[in-house]
Amino acid sequence: MPLKRVLSRVATACLVVLSGAAQAGTVTVITSFPKELTDAYKKAFEAANAGVKIEVLNKNTTASIAYIKELPAGQRPDVMWASAPDAFEVLARDKLLTAAPEVKNPHVPAKIGNYPINDPKGLYYGQALAGYGMMWNTRYLQANKLAAPREWSDLAKPEYFGHVAISSPSRSGTTHLTVETLLQGEGWERGWTQLLEIMGNCAAVTDRSFGVPDGVNSGQYGIGLVIDFFGLAGKYSGFPVEFAYPSVTAVVPANIGLVTGAKNVDEAKKFIAFTLSKEGQQILFDPKISRLPVLPYADLKVPAGYPDIQAVAKKAKVQFDSELSESRYQVVVSMFDQMVTFRLKELQAATKAIHDADRKQKAKPNPQAAELLKQARGYAYAPLVGQEMVKNEQFLELFRKSRRDVAVSKQLTGQEELWATKAKANYARATELANQAAALVK
Amino acid sequence: MAGAPAAVRRAGAGWGAWTLAGAVLAFLLAFLLIPVALVVFTAFVDEGGGFTLGHFANFFGQSIFRESFFNSLVVALASVFFASLIAVPLAYLTVRFEFRGALLIQTLGVLPLIMPPFVGAVALQLIFGRNGSVNLLLDQYFGFKIPIMDGLVGVTFVESIHYFPFILLNLVASMRNIDGAMEESAMNLGARGFRLFRRIIFPLAMPGFLAGAALVFVKVFDDLGTPLVMGVTNMLAPQAYLRITSVGIDDPLGYVTSVLMIGFSILALWMAARVMKGKDYATLQKGGGSLQRRRLGGWESVLAYGWIALVLCIVLAPHLGILLMSFAKVWSFSVLPDAYTLEHYASVFENSRQMIGNTLLYCVLAAGLDVLIGTAIAYLILRTTLPARRWLDYLASAALAIPGLVLAIGYLRLFRGVDLPFTDSPVVTSSVLIMLAYAVRRLPYALRSCMAALQQVHISLEEAAQSLGATRWRTVRRVMVPLMVGGMLAGFVTSFITAAVELSATLLLTSSETQAPMSYGIYLYMQSASGRGPGAALGVLAVVVVGLGTWASHRFAERTRTPERATTP
Repeated sequence: MPLKRVLSRVATACLVVLSGAAQAGTVTVITSFPKELTDAYKKAFEAANAGVKIEVLNKNTTASIAYIKELPAGQRPDVMWASAPDAFEVLARDKLLTAAPEVKNPHVPAKIGNYPINDPKGLYYGQALAGYGMMWNTRYLQANKLAAPREWSDLAKPEYFGHVAISSPSRSGTTHLTVETLLQGEGWERGWTQLLEIMGNCAAVTDRSFGVPDGVNSGQYGIGLVIDFFGLAGKYSGFPVEFAYPSVTAVVPANIGLVTGAKNVDEAKKFIAFTLSKEGQQILFDPKISRLPVLPYADLKVPAGYPDIQAVAKKAKVQFDSELSESRYQVVVSMFDQMVTFRLKELQAATKAIHDADRKQKAKPNPQAAELLKQARGYAYAPLVGQEMVKNEQFLELFRKSRRDVAVSKQLTGQEELWATKAKANYARATELANQAAALVK
Repeated sequence: MAGAPAAVRRAGAGWGAWTLAGAVLAFLLAFLLIPVALVVFTAFVDEGGGFTLGHFANFFGQSIFRESFFNSLVVALASVFFASLIAVPLAYLTVRFEFRGALLIQTLGVLPLIMPPFVGAVALQLIFGRNGSVNLLLDQYFGFKIPIMDGLVGVTFVESIHYFPFILLNLVASMRNIDGAMEESAMNLGARGFRLFRRIIFPLAMPGFLAGAALVFVKVFDDLGTPLVMGVTNMLAPQAYLRITSVGIDDPLGYVTSVLMIGFSILALWMAARVMKGKDYATLQKGGGSLQRRRLGGWESVLAYGWIALVLCIVLAPHLGILLMSFAKVWSFSVLPDAYTLEHYASVFENSRQMIGNTLLYCVLAAGLDVLIGTAIAYLILRTTLPARRWLDYLASAALAIPGLVLAIGYLRLFRGVDLPFTDSPVVTSSVLIMLAYAVRRLPYALRSCMAALQQVHISLEEAAQSLGATRWRTVRRVMVPLMVGGMLAGFVTSFITAAVELSATLLLTSSETQAPMSYGIYLYMQSASGRGPGAALGVLAVVVVGLGTWASHRFAERTRTPERATTP
């Protein structure tokens, strides 16, 4: 088949041309940020630095980490730029980030609220700030005759049943920080109870953080727990959505860092410095980007009506303890997955039964039913790990060990299995008790 | 003849067969087995690197995995059932009857396979979701909603309307190959209607149906995207994925799940092969020339057209949704978008020309390679007596069960530090790997079609050619390949179409914007609220480009089948 041979030759030639390695003067940025943001920075930076080109590689966080890890030094991208703090932790642990203290902008404050903006070890730097809050679809709420929620605790109310969405903390670093903020703000036991009450009202636990705003934008979900720019960008793109910060919120930085073994270190540093400079920070106000700068507002031209994150952070009652958060990270996300993500259907059923019984009981009070209902709540909304346990260093240590060790893995999977079966049994028991309570009132 | 055991006289196992088998095996080793093994070996080693089966023991101790396995199995079986329900009438009506628009229907019937990543999911939710158009209308007029997108039911629904074309394509190819005399004889003997279909047509088309059904089963069993999009985590593929992609945790159980999925997929294919064993589906007379298309009676045709219209409405709804999204300004919690605009197309046209070119280049090369390898494997299995030749099939098909991410990581590991021949640019940053990943991931599709096609070619046709003095190579080229070209085309089309919307491997292997195919562009747009319109516009372009590609390959195949066309009225 000569035609085929010719075709394949041409194709190989094309491929060789296409694959030409990045030329000198090109900074490769690997990022999970949307096109609007990266395009704006690329344009502004290239205009200010003639001869330097920015090549943007957009990958999700998992793919970004794998890509950097698997490539040999010298062929890696130069700059990593993403939201998830845990991704930078992983890269730092594997020595894939290099400190570049000279890129820092001295005007950037050391902390936002109680959270350090730059990595304490100096391997990555906060580039923009983000706070967690709630976004809602106004048409959806109107059609379902719901008021807009103001605080996290509102979301536990019966009227919001089946209208809320969140992404799983094991998938989204920012969701984890929100969960942790709630746990630190309310205390472990009460925090979990409130969290589980809210989760019982959830219609979905998505596997990507963007799945939540996407669903709220389409009107699939009524209310989403999201990071601010997701809500604001949806609003500024014309969707009928609103966003608000509750009084308890975590304000955390999105980061940028220099990759070890980068192709073009000097110009990469120039780019990082640019994103932290006054010009670079100003770009964040673009309505399609809608992020919050790390530079104080005094240094910038702020559009009218723009949320003042420093004020939000100051208002936040929680003194966020990042060490505590890190020490129990695995326990929190693993328990969340076993109790909520994989058992959402059962949790929803229990919550619905409790709401129904509660409504009936309130209309026609009955002490015995109230007692049953209290028990039902106890089963459905109590954390499976107690306050004492989560302070137990030995217990926490187990979760930090490598799962590649068969014995460790066995212990961990045993623990997870225990949680899974216990959660399932508890939800079933709660449903049963709530149904009994409802029957009593009738 | 059909039903009777054939006189199996195979070409034996000469040096030609050995070389061919060696080449195919080398390809599979280099681009599938070794890369995957480099990643998946985690399932078999403990921390010190020693061999262990402990992770498997841990796996079976988890009730969530048993539950996931059961769910995946049920969904896969149910999807095969519903997909058959959609595909079999479509194929039967359009191939064996005088049917206006048969080609159009068959072409439209392939479209559901082209589901652009993310865009397709959003469109599905906007049409069928909790507050999608259908449910909003139902709620408005009848006061109830159908939770068709919820849980396992939802997954089954989406998988069925997404993957039924696998059955349709293969069934159409094999029904076209049925000797018309069989049908005529049956009718002369008094068989009519459903009996004729059940006793004669369907059994004779069995290779195509089984090829399609096995693909649907394995594909659904291993599918990751759909359950994830619907928020269903209690299935095997999402469980494996969630564990593999957790940031910072290298959980061997994810790889254990992958290994078990591969094993089970191979088992399913082996069982499908068992069903076919000892049966002969080859018929001597070939092609549409002898095929007498029947006419439908009055009410029969009303029923048939009505059914087909209904089915097409449902299965093409997501594409209609994508089309609407691409013109929509804002579409949220309403039956139709608020306002329309052409802006999205303008912004996409500016910078997607290269992506379209890349998609076509990678997919044509990948699908071409797939058909080549698929035909080679089919030939080795059905026409030679090499030992363990069936394993080539199983190995190639294992690709179905391998997450794109795992394959891509394997490539980066294996080709680390290797340069492209005759250049100094490293393989890992070239687009060759993207093309190869497509070829490997889509090989099972082409392979099933090629196998089915060759099963229907009677060996005595080749024997006749050889006894007339043709060499083996000439026989393959002039007799075997032309007779199986319909099935090869079906394979090419499925590989081509599905490669065009591959994302997971693409995302990891793309190392510069100039290499990016359209699926990457769609992903990029769909990461932000304002990108939804342009993302959908690019999705529509992808569907159009791939659709045109499909049509062009049909035309190409028609031209090469001139003898058939000459006798077709």
